[in-house]
Amino acid sequence: MPADTTMTAGAATGAPEFQGPAAEAEGFWGFSRAQLAALGVMIVFLAVAPFFLYPVFLMKLLCFALFACAFNLLIGYVGLLSFGHAAYFGMGGYVAGHAAKVWGLSPELAIIAGAAAAALIGLPFGWLAIRRAGIYFAMITLALAQMVYFFCVQAPFTGGEDGIQAIPRGSLFGVVPLNSDMSMYWLVAGIFLAGFLLIHRIIHSPYGQVLKSIRENEPRAISLGYRTEDYKLMAFVLSATLAGVAGATKSLVFGIATLTDVHWSMSGEVVLMSLVGGLGTIFGPMVGAAVIVTMQNYLAEMGAWVTVIQGAIFVLCVMVFRRGLIGEIGNLLKVKL
Amino acid sequence: MTNGTGRRGLLAMAGAAGIGTGIGGRPWRSARAQAANTIRLGVITDMSGLYRDSVGPGSVALTQQAVQEFGNRGFQIEVLQADHQNRPDVGANLVRQWFDQGVDAVVDVPTSSVALAVNQIAREKNRIHLNSGAATSDLTGSQCSPNTVHWTYDTYMLAKSTAAAVVRQGGDSWFFITADYAFGHALERDTTAFVRGMGGRVLGTARTPFPGTTDFSAFLLQAQASRAKVLGFANASTDTVNCIKGAREFGLHRSMRLAALLMDVVAVRALGIEAGQGLLLTESFYWDLNDRTRALTARVRARNQDRPPAMVQAGCYGVTLHYLKTVAEMGIAAAKAGGVETVNRMKALPCDDDAFGAGYIRADGRKIHPGYLFQVKSPEESTSPWDVYKLVTTTPGDDAFRPLNEGGCALVRS
Repeated sequence: MPADTTMTAGAATGAPEFQGPAAEAEGFWGFSRAQLAALGVMIVFLAVAPFFLYPVFLMKLLCFALFACAFNLLIGYVGLLSFGHAAYFGMGGYVAGHAAKVWGLSPELAIIAGAAAAALIGLPFGWLAIRRAGIYFAMITLALAQMVYFFCVQAPFTGGEDGIQAIPRGSLFGVVPLNSDMSMYWLVAGIFLAGFLLIHRIIHSPYGQVLKSIRENEPRAISLGYRTEDYKLMAFVLSATLAGVAGATKSLVFGIATLTDVHWSMSGEVVLMSLVGGLGTIFGPMVGAAVIVTMQNYLAEMGAWVTVIQGAIFVLCVMVFRRGLIGEIGNLLKVKL
Repeated sequence: MTNGTGRRGLLAMAGAAGIGTGIGGRPWRSARAQAANTIRLGVITDMSGLYRDSVGPGSVALTQQAVQEFGNRGFQIEVLQADHQNRPDVGANLVRQWFDQGVDAVVDVPTSSVALAVNQIAREKNRIHLNSGAATSDLTGSQCSPNTVHWTYDTYMLAKSTAAAVVRQGGDSWFFITADYAFGHALERDTTAFVRGMGGRVLGTARTPFPGTTDFSAFLLQAQASRAKVLGFANASTDTVNCIKGAREFGLHRSMRLAALLMDVVAVRALGIEAGQGLLLTESFYWDLNDRTRALTARVRARNQDRPPAMVQAGCYGVTLHYLKTVAEMGIAAAKAGGVETVNRMKALPCDDDAFGAGYIRADGRKIHPGYLFQVKSPEESTSPWDVYKLVTTTPGDDAFRPLNEGGCALVRS
């Protein structure tokens, strides 16, 4: 299945429509006109939503959206299906939680510590995993992530099954207290937007063009003189780091970091989010995360049925709209989102 | 049906579903306004996992029983329920959302790891945490909170009663099989303190992953190899039942004494009286204890799947009734204003209910009532399916729990 998904990644983004640097130079910051419109809608949503929806729910949504965007950087633009992204998400959360609670760091430093930890794990893991492709790549990342999970069960600082509890939100830069949900929301929205724009910038940089060429045809990229392994490793570490930022932010929002976030099912969930939203689309992962998190939140009373419904949606996506929600909408409107 | 319209139709449906959930989410703000004359209780418990039978739907039923018996005294009472799946993050998020939506108090909260997480949130939001199901004595010790009442039992009380009885009967070397989370650790720690204090020794411990361990054979063989006289189970409910069944299959009950440190009637029924006979265990409630407990059982049985209440479920009844009485006494506006003031009033007001009799709540949030050491009856002694215990000793409330100044609770020193 993972090998198949990697292949659809190429197909979903529309392999023949590969856009050269010239095509992307138009518009602001590499955004096409349609993407700018979508970005505008997204920013308006971020600004208005907390006045209508429960802010903590929105923060959860944004953390997962950033996580899915980070994951999408790897699968959508390099064509690598990592099945171990929970390791970076979860460890980012644990390290940030520990930093904020035990070392007493302010939230921005705690998030940086979480991101650094995720990068440090991502470096050797990526170095090892990129030696293989397709299903072998997925299985290696899964195996390494399971080792991280086991470490988290046993290591004293994670608190095992109890998790790290009562993580203080603290004050941003030591000045702005984040205890109120609204001030925390603006921080989370800012982090998400920064991460989102960073990923967009990466994809549309010359470096990103090379990544896409590796996705389309790695032997050709090699023959053109690119050291593709270095490019892939760099993308892997970037993706892991951003996943770490998402995990770190989430643990500060909820004041708790637990095994749920390093469990392999979290790795599966982020695949699902990207797939539902649309692999290789800029806005897809965010929409996918919104759909999945909303379902988990509002269908929670149905208990075990949530996973059944999720599974049905997964099947539906793969069978009926393979480009994902955003991919299909983009296809209908004949624009690239 | 052409493929194109099918896809478009599905997209429209997905879009509609998205909008629907968006609208569904909105009433959380308006809920506050209408709630001025309503006390909202949220029963958060294990509805789907291994503790379900000891807590779960029974805890909800007994909470509703308390609400019904309290009657209408000028304000409405609403009971919500949720499943925390024994996961601290799920429990913490649910409770945070409840408090933000105007829930006044959460009830039950079994599974110590979840309870400790909920404890923090109740304090942060200045609401009320009425705990019946969690065992860890840290709730009224190192992590005590002015927003929390710990009603039914705790690990110190279980250890003091059961462990001391077993050591007195000659069981002076122990091996533990411990559920690897806050509850198991606390129960093992408190039991070890009593065993050592009485001159016994602890030869080893095996920590089992929680939740999710169903095969305990590797741990049981480890216990057998330790040559300890007593095998203590610092776990609960289904875990304990699986351990005891496994131990009997390996013949451990012939070479070692089995000590179930937390066991209730539901677990004994699940284990079977045949396998369980002779076990010593401690509870603070048993349905057949006296006339008042039998009367409560008769009243609630139909609502509770035709079962007598288990200890934690009875605790939900007791703590809810006491909370509602306090609300009536101080007035709903004052009671809704702040969690700390209401809990302080609960501590000032003497408690009395059919399940636990007379008692009181201490400064650290600990409810004080007697603890009972029971022995599981043999099949010949038992006259009905739920007739499973005979009373061995009763420890008065002031001796049953950890002395007030030994818990390290910051509320006591101040």
